[in-house]
Amino acid sequence: MTSQLPALQVVVPLLGAAGCVLLRSAFGAWVLFSVVAVASLTTSVALTVQVWDGDVIRYEMGGWPAPAGIELLIDRANVAVLLLLGVIAVIAAGYGRHSIEVEVPTRRIRMFYAALCLLLTGLLGITVTGDAFNLFVFLEISSLSSYALIALGRRRRALLAAFQYLVIGTVGGTFLLIGVGLAYSVTGTLNMADLAERLPAVVGNRAVTGAVVFIFVGLGIKMALFPLHAWLPGAYSEAPSVVSIVLAAVGTKVAIYAFARFAFTVFGIDVVFTDLPIGEAILVVGSLAMLAGAAVACFQQDFKRLLAWSSIGQVGMIVTGVGLATASGVSAAYLHIINHAIIKGALFAAAGVLLLRLGSTSLDSMAGLGRRMPLTFGAVVIAGLGLIGVPPTAGFASKWALAAALVEDDQWLILAIMLASSLLAMVYVGRIVEVGWFRAPAKFDEQAAESGEQATAGANPGVLRVREQTSLLMAGSVALLTGVSVYFGVDASLPSNLADGAARILTGGGAP
Amino acid sequence: MIATHYTYWIIFGLMMIGLYAVMSHGNLVKKLIGLNVFQVAVFMFFISLGRVDDGSPPIITEGIDVYSHPLPHVLILTAIVVGVATTSVGVAIAIRIYEAYGTVEEDTALARDAADEGAE
Repeated sequence: MTSQLPALQVVVPLLGAAGCVLLRSAFGAWVLFSVVAVASLTTSVALTVQVWDGDVIRYEMGGWPAPAGIELLIDRANVAVLLLLGVIAVIAAGYGRHSIEVEVPTRRIRMFYAALCLLLTGLLGITVTGDAFNLFVFLEISSLSSYALIALGRRRRALLAAFQYLVIGTVGGTFLLIGVGLAYSVTGTLNMADLAERLPAVVGNRAVTGAVVFIFVGLGIKMALFPLHAWLPGAYSEAPSVVSIVLAAVGTKVAIYAFARFAFTVFGIDVVFTDLPIGEAILVVGSLAMLAGAAVACFQQDFKRLLAWSSIGQVGMIVTGVGLATASGVSAAYLHIINHAIIKGALFAAAGVLLLRLGSTSLDSMAGLGRRMPLTFGAVVIAGLGLIGVPPTAGFASKWALAAALVEDDQWLILAIMLASSLLAMVYVGRIVEVGWFRAPAKFDEQAAESGEQATAGANPGVLRVREQTSLLMAGSVALLTGVSVYFGVDASLPSNLADGAARILTGGGAP
Repeated sequence: MIATHYTYWIIFGLMMIGLYAVMSHGNLVKKLIGLNVFQVAVFMFFISLGRVDDGSPPIITEGIDVYSHPLPHVLILTAIVVGVATTSVGVAIAIRIYEAYGTVEEDTALARDAADEGAE
């Protein structure tokens, strides 16, 4: 049974998606999704235990040996991402119970969970696969389901956001396909381990260069790497709350993992970072992303949109760690992948709570919130401090690791940019604090609430009614994620172990 | 180079036409058409990779020794399915945009959103 775990990791959510469609009731679909989420988490924990000592699991799909068959590959470089996916899936299941009920029309809830299962399948598949073409297929599965999920947002603007993401995302996916095709054309194989073996013989071939560039740009679109980030703010801010949580926490991170996998284990450090200036390119765009993302976030009028722009900056920070191509850089990147996922998950979860309680996530509607909803707002502030990187939050731990990696590599300019980006984070988090605690509550009269409701009702009648009480499951999810973000700041042994293990596998060197 | 690899140039041209259509048109349906042209060009690129000089189609027949490489065809079968799924999701969203906004022009739809915001 345990030898089948790598396959089950992907197959269970895939079957779950079919089950959700077949089930007749929305509640049944939720139960099924919860089972799938818990199963994914259990599987990833079991796999983590198996590879903890540095073992590598190679699973032959359908019994066909690689390179002819598709191979699933589990090692310490991807169990960190698997664990993260499992945790976020469980959170999404708990949180979604009430959130989805309110935000999505009842007749669509079954399909919503089916799409969520498919999204999970795709993301898990990208992470476990050891086959380049298979990775493209899983990438498209996750993308297609996320387009559908974003389109279910309550405002009609969600449809436009989903469509824009579809167009840009498909171009990105197709770029990846071109890159994989070019690599195939010179090596004749699609298996990642096999590619890594055969590529050194053809280094310098222009097709290899083309493959690296196309894969980098294709995945850059998926990870919303500045300046390929145009789809992200709309997609994150218009999607239903649960989808925002999943996409913001793990959607872009999986693409970053995929890039690290291609760069370090398939093409190798020599080809990507020594022969080609991909490392320098990443450092430049990563720095620009840190500045631009954080700067634009300061001017947003909507909480979710602000968080989305902040994500663009944080993605820049993560890829900067990857771009250093040192063991400590990659380790810092992984650490920030984990910590940022938890922090952003907490913030988007809080945004979902606000949406249900206030009927809107605009900063104006949050005026005086510190007095009306002190617990939720407290969570927002704590997670916000994590975004800035104030000790003892998780954000501090990973920014510290990244700063140390930058110093080790003598990248003082980028270090300065990172600090500037953190200062900008202080501005946008400060704005939220200012609005919530120091601004007088907006005159929250019934009329304004009603007219606001009608405006949304125009696009999607009767979807959103403002709730009096926050459901326990939703509040619990926010509290759990915020608590974990503080815990990882105080005791970073679990995430840094995972990150160091991943860096050791990817860069081959001894991690600190 | 140009004479022997002319298929790549044609495919490259098709890809650019597709991308240009995606970027230049505000009409959502035309964007999808451009996207399809772009994807099909990439599919053809893959299939042309599988061609072997003097190779026959990869169906085992007596008296033939050289076959084209069948694997890219199989891969593209999967990619075509992905492409069809993308197009259908895209068209479905475009239909819902038409229902919600009464237009499939991106600029008009955005303008209507902006007008809504002004009215609030």
